[in-house]
Order: sequence, then structure tokens, then C-alpha cells
Amino acid sequence: MNSKLTWQLFLWALIILISLPLLRLLSAWFEPSPEIWQHLYQTLLFNLISNTLWLLFGVAIGVTLLGVVMAWFVTMCEFPGRKWLEWMLFLPFAIPAYVLGFVYLGLFDFPGPVQSFLREHTAWSGVDIRQGSLGIITVMTLVLYPYVYMLARNAFYSQGNGLVESARLLGYNAYGVFWRVSVPLARPAIAAGVMLALMETLADFGTVSIFNYATLTNGIFSIWEDFRSLQAAAQLSTALLGIAILLILIERWSRGRARYDATKRMTSRPYKLKGIKAWLVTFTVASVVFLAFVLPVIQLIIWALSSLTEEWDNRYFDWISNSFMLALGAALLTVGLAVIVNSVRMQARLSWPLKIGIRFANLGYALPGSVLAVGIMLLIIDLGEIISPGTGIWLSSGVFALLLAYMVRFLAVAYGPVESSFDTITPSMTEAARSLGATTPRLVSHIYLPILKPGLVIAGFMVAVDVMKELPATYLLRPYGWDTLAIRIYELSSEGLYDRAAIPSLMLLMLGLASLYMVHLINKRYKIRSH
Amino acid sequence: MKKILSLLLASSLLGLTACSKDTDTEANAQQQEANKVVVYSARAEHLIKPLFDKFTEQTGIQVEFQTGKANALVERLKAEGANTPADVLMTVDAGNLWYAAEQDLFQPLNSQLIETNIPANLRDPEQLWTGLSVRARTFVYHSEKINPSELTTYEDLADPKWQGRLCIRTSSSVYNKSLVAAFIDQYGEPKTEEILNGWLKNLSTKPTAKDSHVMDAILAGQCDVGVINTYYYGRLEAKTPATPIKVAWANQNTSGTHINISGAGITKHAKQPNNARKLLEWLASDEAQTIYGALNHEYPANPKIKNDPQVAAWGDFKQDAMNLRKVGELQQAATMLINRVGYE
Repeated sequence: MNSKLTWQLFLWALIILISLPLLRLLSAWFEPSPEIWQHLYQTLLFNLISNTLWLLFGVAIGVTLLGVVMAWFVTMCEFPGRKWLEWMLFLPFAIPAYVLGFVYLGLFDFPGPVQSFLREHTAWSGVDIRQGSLGIITVMTLVLYPYVYMLARNAFYSQGNGLVESARLLGYNAYGVFWRVSVPLARPAIAAGVMLALMETLADFGTVSIFNYATLTNGIFSIWEDFRSLQAAAQLSTALLGIAILLILIERWSRGRARYDATKRMTSRPYKLKGIKAWLVTFTVASVVFLAFVLPVIQLIIWALSSLTEEWDNRYFDWISNSFMLALGAALLTVGLAVIVNSVRMQARLSWPLKIGIRFANLGYALPGSVLAVGIMLLIIDLGEIISPGTGIWLSSGVFALLLAYMVRFLAVAYGPVESSFDTITPSMTEAARSLGATTPRLVSHIYLPILKPGLVIAGFMVAVDVMKELPATYLLRPYGWDTLAIRIYELSSEGLYDRAAIPSLMLLMLGLASLYMVHLINKRYKIRSH
Repeated sequence: MKKILSLLLASSLLGLTACSKDTDTEANAQQQEANKVVVYSARAEHLIKPLFDKFTEQTGIQVEFQTGKANALVERLKAEGANTPADVLMTVDAGNLWYAAEQDLFQPLNSQLIETNIPANLRDPEQLWTGLSVRARTFVYHSEKINPSELTTYEDLADPKWQGRLCIRTSSSVYNKSLVAAFIDQYGEPKTEEILNGWLKNLSTKPTAKDSHVMDAILAGQCDVGVINTYYYGRLEAKTPATPIKVAWANQNTSGTHINISGAGITKHAKQPNNARKLLEWLASDEAQTIYGALNHEYPANPKIKNDPQVAAWGDFKQDAMNLRKVGELQQAATMLINRVGYE
């Protein structure tokens, strides 16, 4: 009992650590700024909110559609090229949204090669893809669908063959199986994936800026930059938190009482497609891979080749290693934190304040990185003044501040997969192992770890790749000498030097792919068993 | 398992912090200046590092620099207070320099050399910061569609004759905020509002994210004329010398073309104020001024320095002589006006 109490206290300490930057931002409301709010209310506010909601709505539909359908195809159907495409569908995850943004604008906007060709050879009069919200929604969907794909795919695999077979015996065709069996059962996973994608959308600054599509995040920056009021910026960012809380409530509600039951494994694919149908599926999946990955990569390679001599620099080795080190450190810390929270959760029922605390700590994902970074900077300075005034603890905090930022921001990414793998450990497993005389270390190493490993590795991978792509917090909090690839991409692309920015973009991509390959190696056993 | 993980956590943390400990040792009073100068720079790395390298080569003083967005760097300076490692803050617009001065983050430059080399309107009246290069914001146009004599003033672009022919960059660009601030200073708010409304009516498409996109749009035939910083044109021209886009100078018969600066000041709590002064004086020197402009097709802040040949070919022009501190003071009013007229 006593040790459980200690754990609970420890958990509280961790949650408070993660929540402090958010609380520091919320505290901005103690200094209201009525003039700025009045101005906002009279001018931008309505537009910013409606733009943000439109974007969320569109991205939600887009990522659900792409993510779920693709996941269903690769788990339930056999078709030519399935094995390759199944992995390639993950790849867009390694492309930062802002990079896809400038590549797509370069290719498809009015002055780009596609429309120029059409104008020259057809009656096409041209269109500005930045108008309205369809263009930006498409780009965001193409980079963010992997969140849904990843989680839905796991969910479909863990449904096992039995249910699908039974449904088919009862006379359901493939559509019936999809709508009545697969999707309802995978609902929690799908909802979790969509929520991650939407939180990422809320926090995005780079992509919406390239499209000059003003969201709340842009509003926050404008207030900071033009009205020089961090207070008001922090206040507006609590509006983002409000939307995030709303999203979480919707997710909880849409989950209903459905729970993961990931104990089963798919042993073979129920639909072995043949002929035209098979090729049609191949074509559909391949075009998603083409649009979201192959096409942008080809463009990046073309740009990179044209600017290699100008842009190459020996410091790239440092930037690559910095990106990697930060990603690794943040992944270990964040997954570690999620594991601690969940193992306490497994040992004892959590009190409701603790549950709410955990949810609150997950909110950081919806905050723009730079706002979060300011929260952390102010927090560390405040703490430093309390602990040892005048010594400037902030300055010796080094990469701690940055790692804390990553933990706050990406806890939500790690938490989902870790939570659901913990949910697959049933009390009966523990009892069975205990009754067979398993000691605690044996229980952990032979039962828990194998069950948890796939989820932990995926969580770590997602955090690592997100950290590599992360820009604003890194830009603001990195100590001297910690420049990363993402920073280089930003510095070049903000000057409009997209061809040179292609080089660090490709390196970032390769780093992401290398991590994906590592996941593949570690989780080999997690794959569907070939028959 | 938990133990293993926590061990991993601890070791990774230790490893990472060990790597980062090298910069923060000299917080405690060292009377002797270290042989370095620390710069917070909003100017992108590839546009400033060649100069720093040259400075180090000539003086032996190491330059440690950290890039960032100006507002974030200012916030960082404020937060770090007396403990800041930064000796110099460098920005790419006058507004942020003014704001940093307003926040009491600078100390006087105390440099005769800077006062001689750099014209007064490019410096803070209290000598808290100085401009180091000049950036002109003016017209670019498609030479097959427009005769340059048609292009006269910024305010003329609000005339209905330009309907559907104008492209501009987003208002969130600080260069546009500065331009609007200059209008307010010159014409007052009501007239400025008229100009902006006219511009918006004449736009052929949504404001773009970058100055370079404005030129892309002109080349593709989306519009005929735009307003950009000339160094973006310089980059385009360097790549495709035969481009049909040309530069024309705005307001030559009136107030002169709007300019902004990239510049710098010495931080109030600089640990190496003498090295900082050396760096800024060197950047204001003839040699550095020649490179500074040429690196990015900008104009030297020192008017006696000859322009880079490519830049010189665009012709001489009359600069708006307003003191750039004004631009900073009026930036907030400019933004509020921009929001009111709905300029995205």
C-alpha cells in the first residue's frame, strides 16, 4: 500500500512538471489585455476561428478517409505490390508538413509547372490553389493521414480472422464487413489517430503560413510580434487549448464503451483479390503513396541536385547528429514517462483528479511549439529566481529546457500507443503467470515486455520523428551549437530558397526512414505471420 | 522494466546535458573579456556567417552566433536579463531594433566610426543601434506589359487602372508593416486606409507568403506589377539574367523609395562590449560594407561604398529620408489598420 502511495505521489510530481508550462501560460489571464482583445474581436477573431474550424473539419474527414481505407486494404486484402505499399504508406510521416507545403505550392500553384503546362496546352485558365481551404486541407491530409493509418492498421490486425469469417458466413460482402465489423471495432484507434492529426493541425504554423491561410496560430504570432504582448498571445493560445479539450471530449464520446482487445492476431488476409479488382486497389493505394511521398521526393531530389554544390557544408554532419540525439533523448524520456504513468495506472485505480491531471498533461500537443517554448522559458526563469536568485539557472538549463518542451508537446503522441498496449495486459495473464510461480522480474521480462514492446517502439518512433520535424520550440530553446536539420530547412525556405532547402529536407527524410526501418527490425515479430 | 527505463532516461539526460555545458561557464564576473563575441541574429545564417568568418580571420576574435526570429530573440534577451551571454543583437528590420531599444536592452554604441560611416536616418537618435545594410522596397514589373513610366508612386497602385494587375506579399511580413507605418507617418491614417483599400481592390490574387512568390506570379501572368525588396529580384536576376521582370523606383518625385535596414546594437549586459563594438565597427567599415551588400544584393548602409555591379545596374534612386525609428513606433498602429481593412 505504501509503495503504491509513493508511486501515486511520484506520478503527481511528473504530471505537475509537464503541466507547469501550460499553467504558466494560463496564468497570463491574471493580466488581462482588453484593448488587444477588443481589436481582435472587431477585426480578426471571427475569421481566425472559422478558418481554424474549417481546416480541422476538412483534415478530420481527409485523414479518416485516407487512413482507414488504406489500412483496411493492406490488412484485409491481398493485391499486387501489397507488401511494398503497406510500408510505403507510412513514409509521408517522415516529411514535415511545411516541406510538403512548399513542394506542393511549387508544383501545383498557378506559376508551377503543372498549371503552366495545362494553360499552354488546354483551355485551362488557371486557379490559385491558396484560395479557399481545399489546397491547405489536401496538403495537411497527405502528411497527417499516417497517424490514422498506423493506429487503424494495428487495430485491424488485432481483430483477428474469426470475426471477418463469421461476418462473411452471415452473408456480409466486403462493404458490410468494412462498415459493420472492422470500422466499429477499430473506432477507438481511429478516433485516437484522428485526434493526433487534428492536434498537429491546430499547432501548425509553417504550412498555413505558406498558404497565407490565417488560423488561430497565426493570430497568436501576430499578437506577439505586432502588439508585443506575450500575455495576450498566451491568452489566445488558451483558445487553442479549449478546442483541444473539445476534441478530446469528442474522441472519448465517440469511443463510447468500446475498448481495445488486441490479443488476437490476423493469420491470413480474408480477401485475396484477383484480376481487375486487385489492380484497381493497387492503383488506388499506389496513387496515395505517389502523391504523398514519391512526387514530393522527386521534386526535392531535383531541387537538391541543382543546389548541392552551393549548399553543401561540413556542418551537415553536426546538424544530422543533433537532430538524431534530440530525437532519441526525447523519445526515451517521453515514452518512459508514458510507461510510468501507465504502470501506476495498471497497479491501482487512479483517483479522478489524477485522471484529469493526465489528460491535462496531454494537451501540450495542441500548442504551437513557440508558445509552449515561451511558457517553458518563463517557467525556468521563475523557478531559477526561486531556487537561486541572480545566477541565471535558465542559461545553465542547456538542452533540459528543450527536452522538457518535447515531453510536454509530444506526450500525447506517445501516450496513446503506450496506453493501448497496457490495456492488452489482462489481470488473468498476471494471475496465470503468478500461479505458475513467476517472479516479478520474470513476469516483466517474459510477459509484460513482449506484449508492450510493439506499442512502445511505435510510440518512440512517432515521438522521435515528430521531434526531428519540430521547428519552433527547437528554434527558440536550443542552446548554442544545437542547430538541427529542421532549423536549416526553415532558414533557407523562409528566404524562399526552396531548392537549397531540399537538401536538409531529404536528409531529415532519410533520418525518418532509418528510424522506420529500425521499428521494422525490432517489431519484425509483430508483422502478420506469413502462412 | 521500470528500472531499466529509468536508468536509460537518466543516462540519456546526463549525456545530453554534458554536451551542453560548454557555453555557460563565464556567467560570473570576469573582468578580462574573453576572446569572443556572442551574437543573437535574426539575419539568416548563410547571409551573415561569411562576414563573421572574415572578421574572425582578421581580428582573431571568435564569433558565436545563434539565429532566431527577432521577436523570440528579444524575448530571450529580456528573460535572460543581466545573465545574458549575448553581446550583440542583430535584426533584419528597424522595428525590432526600436523595440529592443524601447525595452532597454541596448547600451549606447559610443562609436565615432559608426557615426561617420552610417547616415543619421539609419541610426537610432540615441545611438542605441545602427543600420548595417539598406533594403529598398519598390516595384517589380513585367517589362513586356508595362512601360516603367506608368509606375509612379505606391499610392498610385491604388488607382482603379491597376485593377486585377497587382500582386503583394502577405501583411504578416514585417517589410509590409514597415511600409504601411511609413505611409501613416507621411499621410496619416485616413489616407493610408484609402491606399490599402485601393490595393486590395486591385489585387489579382490572394497576397503571397513571400516576395519571391510575387515575382513567380508576375512571370506566370497572374499579375503585372508587385512591390518587393530588391534583393529578392537580385537573386532571380542572378539566376536568369534574361528575365522579363524589371525594377522601377517608387516615389522618385515625392518622398523617395521606402527603405528598411538590417542592423544591430550592443546589448546592455554585454560581457564583451569592446569586442561587440569592434565587430559592429568592422561591419560598418568599407571592406565589410562592400561584402555585406554583395552577399545578398542589398545596399550598403554607408552611401560612399560603391554598389555591387549587378545592383548598380538597377540605377540610382532617391531614398525616403525618414528616420527609421518612426517605423518601429508606428508598427502597431500599422498592424491595426491592416487588420481593419482586411489585408490578409
